Amino acid sequence: MNEFFVLMKTELMITAIIIFLLFAKIGGRMSNASLSGVTNLLLLATLLAGFLWPARGWLFGDMYYTDPLIVLEKAILIFGVLLIFLFAHRWLRAHQHLHEFYLLTLSALLGMCFMISSGNLLMFYLALELSTIPVAALCNFDLERKTSAEAALKMIMASAFSSGLLLLGISFVYGITGTISLQVMPAALGGSPLETAAFVLLFSGFAFKLSVVPFHLWTADVYEGSPVPVTSFLSVISKGSVAFVFITVLHKVFIPLYDAWYLALFVASVATMVIGNLFALRQQNIKRFLAFSSIAQVGFILLGMGGLESGIPVVVYFVLVYLFSNLGAFAVVSVISSASGREDISDYNGLYKTNPWLTWVMALSLFSLAGIPPTAGFFGKIFLLASGSESGNFTWVAIAALNMVVSLYYYLRIVRAMFMEKNDRPLEKIHAGLHANTALAVCLAGILLTGVIGSVYKIIDSLVY
Amino acid sequence: MNPYLLIPLLPLLGFALNGTIGPRMPGRVVSWVSCGSLLVSFALSVKLFLELSAGQESVTVHAFSWIHAGSLHIDLSFLLDPLSSVMLLVVTGVGFLIHVYSIGYMKADEAYPRFMAYMNLFVFFMLLLVMGDNFVVMFAGWEGVGLCSFLLIGFWFRNHEFNEAARKAFVMNRIGDLGFLLGMFLIYRQFGSLDYQTVFESARLMPAGDPALVGIALLLFVGAIGKSAQIPLHTWLPDAMAGPTPVSALIHAATMVTAGVYMIVRSNVIYTLAEPAATAVLAIGLATALLAATIALRQNDIKKVLAYSTISQLGFMFVAAGMGAYTAAVFHLVTHAFFKALLFLGAGSVIHGLDGEQDIRQMGGLRRHMPRTHATFLVGTLSISGIPPLAGFFSKDEILAMGWSHAAMVFVALAFASVLTAVYMFRLYWLTFHGAYRGDKHAHESPSVMTLPLVVLALLAAVGGFIGAPSYLHLPHGLKSFLEPVIAMPAAHVVSHSFEYALAGISVIVLVAVIFITRYMYVTRSRIPLEPGEERGLGRILSRKYFIDELYHSMITAPLRGLSALFAVFDRYILDAVVNAIPRIIRSASGRLRLIQQGNIGVYVLGTAAGVVFLLIVSMLL
Repeated sequence: MNEFFVLMKTELMITAIIIFLLFAKIGGRMSNASLSGVTNLLLLATLLAGFLWPARGWLFGDMYYTDPLIVLEKAILIFGVLLIFLFAHRWLRAHQHLHEFYLLTLSALLGMCFMISSGNLLMFYLALELSTIPVAALCNFDLERKTSAEAALKMIMASAFSSGLLLLGISFVYGITGTISLQVMPAALGGSPLETAAFVLLFSGFAFKLSVVPFHLWTADVYEGSPVPVTSFLSVISKGSVAFVFITVLHKVFIPLYDAWYLALFVASVATMVIGNLFALRQQNIKRFLAFSSIAQVGFILLGMGGLESGIPVVVYFVLVYLFSNLGAFAVVSVISSASGREDISDYNGLYKTNPWLTWVMALSLFSLAGIPPTAGFFGKIFLLASGSESGNFTWVAIAALNMVVSLYYYLRIVRAMFMEKNDRPLEKIHAGLHANTALAVCLAGILLTGVIGSVYKIIDSLVY
Repeated sequence: MNPYLLIPLLPLLGFALNGTIGPRMPGRVVSWVSCGSLLVSFALSVKLFLELSAGQESVTVHAFSWIHAGSLHIDLSFLLDPLSSVMLLVVTGVGFLIHVYSIGYMKADEAYPRFMAYMNLFVFFMLLLVMGDNFVVMFAGWEGVGLCSFLLIGFWFRNHEFNEAARKAFVMNRIGDLGFLLGMFLIYRQFGSLDYQTVFESARLMPAGDPALVGIALLLFVGAIGKSAQIPLHTWLPDAMAGPTPVSALIHAATMVTAGVYMIVRSNVIYTLAEPAATAVLAIGLATALLAATIALRQNDIKKVLAYSTISQLGFMFVAAGMGAYTAAVFHLVTHAFFKALLFLGAGSVIHGLDGEQDIRQMGGLRRHMPRTHATFLVGTLSISGIPPLAGFFSKDEILAMGWSHAAMVFVALAFASVLTAVYMFRLYWLTFHGAYRGDKHAHESPSVMTLPLVVLALLAAVGGFIGAPSYLHLPHGLKSFLEPVIAMPAAHVVSHSFEYALAGISVIVLVAVIFITRYMYVTRSRIPLEPGEERGLGRILSRKYFIDELYHSMITAPLRGLSALFAVFDRYILDAVVNAIPRIIRSASGRLRLIQQGNIGVYVLGTAAGVVFLLIVSMLL
């Protein structure tokens, strides 16, 4: 019993917050400001509590598993959600359905935690659905906007389709191996063509969530239509959680099918980097732009997954770095969007004149996304490339390096616009508020320090076994 | 946290503060922040020095692990041992005095906070350089001080010529840094680590004269040549005098340029075992000491004279290091920091008092207008010339004695360079402070915030030599016993006491003769130096600095210009065409691809299904 509380404390605490929110909803007396304050504090407590007694162990037979690395992964996700709550504070406080927003976000977060900890495919599938369906509702959170409703509909349709593929894959796997336990499965896999087919179906399911080309088509519309905090949740938290699970499944479960998945990964990664970059080049809407740029980033993550030796720490490290950089950019977009409602790249022309602080955060976030030293993104990308080159496939690494150059163009285009372009109707001076500024400062510190301080990677590396 | 981490941290904080909100703070606060941070650092350095001299072991302070990739582990950690402690005292102590002086010198400048921020940043990097416990941290500091030097030389960036000087310094230093970098790569290849302790301990076990050691030593020395302005990379330092005078004093005389000497002393284990490299150090140092001293004889810009003097004195230090007399090198480094900072600041005071005049032909008789500057400058001149018992005498005497026990040739050359030193310094002194005033500006003494550091430095330049008093005075050589743990194999000191007495006696006689001859020439007969264009014969060669700048221009710069003009054509008509075509293709591809993405969910699902089929084919058939 004791073990139950120790191992599942993160999930239990999130559940507790959800229950608190339900009571608050029924009671209905709390103002939005105090509700968000309490929720943020509780979430912070959850984040910190995760680090206490990071134990290793199984629960419910083989359903639930946790170890220190998983604890860290969950902490990264909770940290990201907290950052989103902070920078979206102004938008949230004004929203009439704040309770629901928190409920849905935290339900999705709970699903992700269970997904990372899942020890068998059924558990995994349930958790994945729990982490997806609330997000589809969240996409519709700009209630008056038609595009928001459209985004939600597309999200739910696309994810239903991908769930179908996933379930088909799971049933194939079960049919072949006779087990759904991830622990037993590696021994039962032999490498038959049917197994490969089953794996491809599973792969497609994952690829959907990660928006790997060609499963990415829903991404741009959904990102553009959703409110900024939801977009950032989708592109950072959602993707991060799936990336964590995906690499574990690849490296620990489907290792007998290494040849097949390596090839699939290679093809998908190259397609994702190239197509993501090509689309990102021409976007006019900043959210759509970030959506496509995040697709290209996933291509790099897949590259890192190819390395069997250092793949896991490298991907976890990159997700952390990506979290800081992408949330930094989204934070700026969110602050500007909620203050002025403007979301076009041309609106950012000459931003430096009126909002130097926002401009600097945005510029450094974009530098980090582009992988320019000495930002954290540079180190993240270097590690990914190093991990990808472990297998000796330098074609892949070279393509990735070329794509980094192309991505420089569109990231720096925005930096240039902010610092140099003139603007006829510039954005007024925006006061982001204490919450958003805290989030911006945290992201900035993360971008500047994570890479330079080598111990961060060392810690992650030491947790992998 | 170890309190000594604050030594580099405080100047960094000072930089951060003055660099960001400095312009919005009152000037007084800016001064307090920058000087105060250094003063605390200095106090901590003194504490460290006292602890070490009381017999405490050297310690390594670990700040955080920095680079961790594969087998390469580099930590940002600091080594607190006697050698770094001596350097810390010099950097923070002299640095503090120069910062105080800068308050007076730069106060009126509109970019005063920026100046003080850069100065603090410089001190931070210098501390990184001398405190690091591995070559990478040293290199980080090494590059950082180079950057600050660049920023400060070009501080008055609206002047095009100053920017040129800054660029020249930067380029020359890059050449040296390349050597340093290659040396580091070789060290890593050889020893698999860049930590001092690991490297030096494994080096100690290698046979003397091992080619790898010689290679490492030579490459590192190339770095030192660049940073310490030795032949053939010396030409940047005189041009670097374009920066504000406190910069010249701090960076281009007292601290940064001695980094090369520090590096060699730090790597003394390697140099002791790499005989040919040590000989190269000796030869280059000797040539530089002589050549720069002769050039200084015919310069008319007060700061240029001091710049060439610095180059020459650095040559002395390299000679000492090349002979294996590492203690003597550090000793001269310390005393040189005192008297050269003093001389530069004195020159700055003169320039300040004459509203920016730097030509000594426009000076003269200034001792009446600037009594305090004059008195302190005289102390500096006597000290650098080597009059006993001032600081310069002891350190230079030690190098000379070492030279005698090494080879008679070395001794003769060094002695000649010492005489030249006295000649150019007294020429400068007489022309500036004696005779009739030849300028047309109103001369006035500088404020006490500037003269007070001069007085402190003059005291140090006078008595600082007793930290390393020679054995014939029957005083303890404090520096030698203090540095003992760091220096692997101290060079044997085989000169007899009677020789040293004779040396001291003869040098006093020669110096007095020099003083009187130069006085006769420049005061009694009031000879005024000629324009460089009017000089003939040897004087012309010296005043034009052996035509080395012209040589570099015609040998390197001009051919490079021609080549780059050629490349420019290639670049414009061939490379650009290719480069421009690629984005055009990418853009048009991107434009076409965008059409797929038109929002129809049926298309999306179809794409997905196609993707699954495609992946199936790829992973099953290939």
